[in-house]
Amino acid sequence: MSKPQEIVPVEKSDLVGIVAELFAEGYRLVQIGCTTLPEAYELTYSFDREYRFRNLRFAVTKGEEVPSISVIYPNAFLYENEIHDLFGVVITHIAVDYRGTLYRTAVGTPFSIDNVKLTEAPKQKAAVPEEKPSAVPGEQTG
Amino acid sequence: MAHRNIIPFGPQHPVLPEPIHFDLVTEDERIIDAIPSISYVHRGLERLIEKRDFLDFVHVADRICGLCSFMHSLGYCQAVEEIMGIEVPERALYLRSIWAELSRVHSHLFWLGVAADAFGFESLFMQALRLREPVLDIFEETTGARVILGVCKIGGVRRDIDDDSLKGIVIRLANLKAALEELGNVFINDYSVRHRLSGVGFISRDDAYALGCVGPMARASGLEIDMRKLGYAAYKYLDVEPAVETAGDCYARCLVRVREIFHSIDLVRQAAGKIPPGPIDVKVTGAPDGEYYSRVEQPRGEVIHYVKGNGAKFLQRFRVRVPTFSNIPAMIKVLKGAEVADVPNIILTLDPCISCTER
Repeated sequence: MSKPQEIVPVEKSDLVGIVAELFAEGYRLVQIGCTTLPEAYELTYSFDREYRFRNLRFAVTKGEEVPSISVIYPNAFLYENEIHDLFGVVITHIAVDYRGTLYRTAVGTPFSIDNVKLTEAPKQKAAVPEEKPSAVPGEQTG
Repeated sequence: MAHRNIIPFGPQHPVLPEPIHFDLVTEDERIIDAIPSISYVHRGLERLIEKRDFLDFVHVADRICGLCSFMHSLGYCQAVEEIMGIEVPERALYLRSIWAELSRVHSHLFWLGVAADAFGFESLFMQALRLREPVLDIFEETTGARVILGVCKIGGVRRDIDDDSLKGIVIRLANLKAALEELGNVFINDYSVRHRLSGVGFISRDDAYALGCVGPMARASGLEIDMRKLGYAAYKYLDVEPAVETAGDCYARCLVRVREIFHSIDLVRQAAGKIPPGPIDVKVTGAPDGEYYSRVEQPRGEVIHYVKGNGAKFLQRFRVRVPTFSNIPAMIKVLKGAEVADVPNIILTLDPCISCTER
């Protein structure tokens, strides 16, 4: 099995500071991903340095603003525009802001909470109560 | 002061097999800015995960791209296997590496041909495509398909290659190597090729790193980034030596790909010599409950497949970050300051795969 992957929960307000530290430590931005949750969006920023894979993660609600990191990592603008166009997450101060025209999809924000129907986790089978052992081996109860 | 113009490049252009558009802001013949547009053929494949169960979805992953078909199914399967704790048999790991390296050979040969076509070397284009055929023949014989291989599955692979066939493949690749050396020599030594590519489309090591370059684009600028070093599939048992150049121009990117073709053939030889006997798959029960980022070295660079499941047979999220998407910021940087006549070569030496980008 491959190396473990680090996913660090962070506060949105700390994002830019932590990303600046990672940049100073020589990490490269690998990707910014977004996942639709039932009532929010989960943003994951992935970094790599010498094959060490680190992810920063936080959740935002619909309409909540997220600061851009494109001032630190110039290549972030593409991921941020993608997340804006597909999920509808509002990202502020993107270095190159396409204002919704990077992805020209037939359905607006196709990956947003309004459009994605998440699968429900399978229900756990109810535990079967253990039968009480009968007092005498072989004796029928009831 | 020079007059400023905007020249549209693409989405339909003779050097582009697939649609991508650039607005090139020029002053006389020099480009001062480039604004890319994608999504002409965006398919939204990631959301198909809501309608296909995780076992069937391998077929969708396989079809993200024709050139990188096997790599996508491999990346997806690895992510699911990691979440579910599936131990894939060693023989299957070796077979995966063999098909992955053959995919790299055919993809790079295809690129060399298209690049030759872009700088007007028609006969070289035809030679490259002719030499790619034997690799596709091997695919057809071993998987039953030439483009979409459909041979990877969760828990292993669908087909085995017997030892005699493996020996035959190694011999055929050794014969192909001789013809490839002749082809490679043209790309490396021909005056016209060097004249068109040397010093064009330069990107420094620092810029390549800061802009998130991956694959041959990064390695041509001196960055030794190669996900095969992570040791997935059977790479942990093979001697992987990333091809690295330092010039950072179109010619260096061409050299890296030529060298990688020979290295991939060598990796197939190594794998064929070490492959152990045994089963090629394991039975899969249950459904993925967790998440994982699988990282695989495609012909164009690092590709990431993110999979998240909650124990149901339909996954919650599937995301692909393809190498072309990661290389677009560097493409913009490289285009700034270039001559208009060099744009086709610059864009092609990045080997953009729009099929992957428009997943």
